[in-house]
Amino acid sequence: MSTDSISTHRAGMESIPLVAKLHEWVITVDHKRLGILYILYSLVFLVIGGIEAMIMRIQLIRPHNNFVSPDVFNRMFTMHGTTMIFFVVMPMLFGFANYLIPLMIGARDMAFPRLNAFSFWLTAFGGILLYFSFLGANGLYGAGNAPDVGWFAYAPLTSQTFSVGHSTDFWTLSLLVSGFGSIGTAINIIATILCMRCPGMTLGRMPLLAWLNLVMAVLVILAVSPLSAAQIMLLVDRYLGGHFFDTQAGGSAVIWMHFFWIFGHPEVYVLVIPAFAFASEIIPVFSRKAIFGYPAMVAATVCIAFIAMSVWAHHMFTVGMNSNANTFFVLTTMAIAVPTGIKIFNWLATMWGGKIHFKTPMLFSIGFLFQFLIAGLTGVMLSAAPFTWHLGNSYFVVAHFHYVLAGAILFTTFGAFYYWFPKMSGKMYNETLGKLHFWLFVIGFHLTFDFMHIPGILGMPRRIYTYEPGRGWDTWNMIVTIGVFFQAAAILVFVANLLWSYFHGEIAGSDPWDGWTLEWSTSSPPPAYNFATIPEVRSRRPLWDRKHPEDPDWKYE
Amino acid sequence: MSAPPAVMSDANITWELPSRGRIGMYCLISAESAIFTIFVVAYLFYIGKSLTGPMPKDVLHVPIFFTVCLLSSSMTIHLAVKSLKSAKVGTFGLWWFLTLTLGAIFLAGTAVEWHHLIYDKGLTIQTNLFGTTYYSLVGLHAFHVTVGLLGITTVLLFVLLGYVRQEHAERIDVLALYWHFVDAVWAVVFTVVYVIGR
Repeated sequence: MSTDSISTHRAGMESIPLVAKLHEWVITVDHKRLGILYILYSLVFLVIGGIEAMIMRIQLIRPHNNFVSPDVFNRMFTMHGTTMIFFVVMPMLFGFANYLIPLMIGARDMAFPRLNAFSFWLTAFGGILLYFSFLGANGLYGAGNAPDVGWFAYAPLTSQTFSVGHSTDFWTLSLLVSGFGSIGTAINIIATILCMRCPGMTLGRMPLLAWLNLVMAVLVILAVSPLSAAQIMLLVDRYLGGHFFDTQAGGSAVIWMHFFWIFGHPEVYVLVIPAFAFASEIIPVFSRKAIFGYPAMVAATVCIAFIAMSVWAHHMFTVGMNSNANTFFVLTTMAIAVPTGIKIFNWLATMWGGKIHFKTPMLFSIGFLFQFLIAGLTGVMLSAAPFTWHLGNSYFVVAHFHYVLAGAILFTTFGAFYYWFPKMSGKMYNETLGKLHFWLFVIGFHLTFDFMHIPGILGMPRRIYTYEPGRGWDTWNMIVTIGVFFQAAAILVFVANLLWSYFHGEIAGSDPWDGWTLEWSTSSPPPAYNFATIPEVRSRRPLWDRKHPEDPDWKYE
Repeated sequence: MSAPPAVMSDANITWELPSRGRIGMYCLISAESAIFTIFVVAYLFYIGKSLTGPMPKDVLHVPIFFTVCLLSSSMTIHLAVKSLKSAKVGTFGLWWFLTLTLGAIFLAGTAVEWHHLIYDKGLTIQTNLFGTTYYSLVGLHAFHVTVGLLGITTVLLFVLLGYVRQEHAERIDVLALYWHFVDAVWAVVFTVVYVIGR
């Protein structure tokens, strides 16, 4: 298509009335639009999940507080956990994967565009179903509305006897629906990466983001399917009178834990591997060096995925397994720190000797590196079963996994937002606001989650709606809650930056970062067909080759 | 379905990628296998843990005839795809219809077995752990057979309307892949329910 027809196409877009424009977004099968839909959807739920966290923290700011009732508190921690995992982080990562993978591997769309749209709408309606429980779950009078069984919903709390009304059904069904959406997207990502690469894009030349998302998609298929199976069993128990998790009829509550964590632990890697992918794209570009140890990065990722399938029962040390099982899961959990450590050293080695540009995406990536290290270290501590016997189900555990989810995953995701915002919107974000967002969030994050470890060590269990004064928890809880307000302010700056930059930002141009991967070779935002001619690549940094024909990468790879 | 081979300008290597239909189906099969694995594990875990009767050995009869039907339908669907690849649409239609019949016989067999268990033996999904795990696992498989039969029926309608030609062999092969998976799962379910569990 010539440049003229592109511009007339654009001009035509402007004159379409709003309803028709929105209709186009609803029926779209374009991977870029679906990616943006995923991302916007997850941002909405990020704000909702964040408000739920704030409600909990305000309740805990001082002992014997009466901000919310115990019932509401139970609903808040259940909804916060479920929302953040299934309707914030997963859709956000799927959104970036959807948007970036075809652009990075030189394809015009995903392998199955309609499956892609179907998966997005399944996820979207899964989230809406979960929140509809606030209105629709009052099965019996006074039975309560939103789910309140915790995000891992242990049996027998989920049985009809202990969970009357429909709140648990809403929880189960919404995860089942969105789980099918996730499996659909995972199938799509794998098929796209294996079958749609442009000529010359061998597996060994793929950008690390594509590699890591390939591994992530395999983990989704292996991990989310067991969750769907367990949810079907729970539905059989609740609706058809089955006995899978019914201890009165010989069923086992522990087997639910196994089924849930067979999903639950690989899920952590489903979430963190795309975060690694963002860091692996951002750090080299802002260090002006090619990634250090590309094959080691790929091997370490595959290794993590393998080990991730055999660590689940470290969530169950306090349940009382036999010593053989404990030993096995201690050793596998410790082993997973090795490939993860390899990755940290590779990122550091990429920055070593590079010419580092401290732009907002790079700041978030550096924050990620340090925080992820600490998250990993508390992880190694908790991997020792005797340590978990003491601190399992305490605020120490809560602090540890929030260090992973917020300190690592959310930080790199913010980095990714700033890094690819110019590509997605065509506008440059505001650097000052970006830096303000970073520093506010760093301060808030560390106030909240550094100090959260301490009441945990002092014996404060998670999921309590209030506590007695004078146990040494009071000050720490107050600091933790104060940190939350810094984080909320940072999120406001972030949203303001996105909105302001979208309408008033400078034109970014196709390649604002002097990048090396194919998405920077097309216009910002890219046309519907991505590339006018399908590119051909000869190395891992095709744009470097194009910009430096005198010294191309393919001579050395 | 596979991307058209492109000749690279710098070297004379042909650029060929796997068919996305096959890869997509392999991924779906992996996901489904994971779901079945969880149900099979639950079945094995709960063998002999029912607190009340009836027990498997009292009520289950090995469905040898229906198993032979389902497993041989894997062969007929293979022969069907093979004849379509060599452009014999008529032969294809015959083998395809035979596959549909064999699958339908199997499904009818499950229906008869369930009717017998429910009305004659009083075993429902609520009776005991055996009932819960048995109906879930066999029912999950029967659901997959039903989905496969719907796909096969759709293709058969296209055959009768005269739309199916040799060039569709690749796509139909992807559907056949799913059917092979359904058959392979039955081999596992059969072993677990009627050999180990009985």
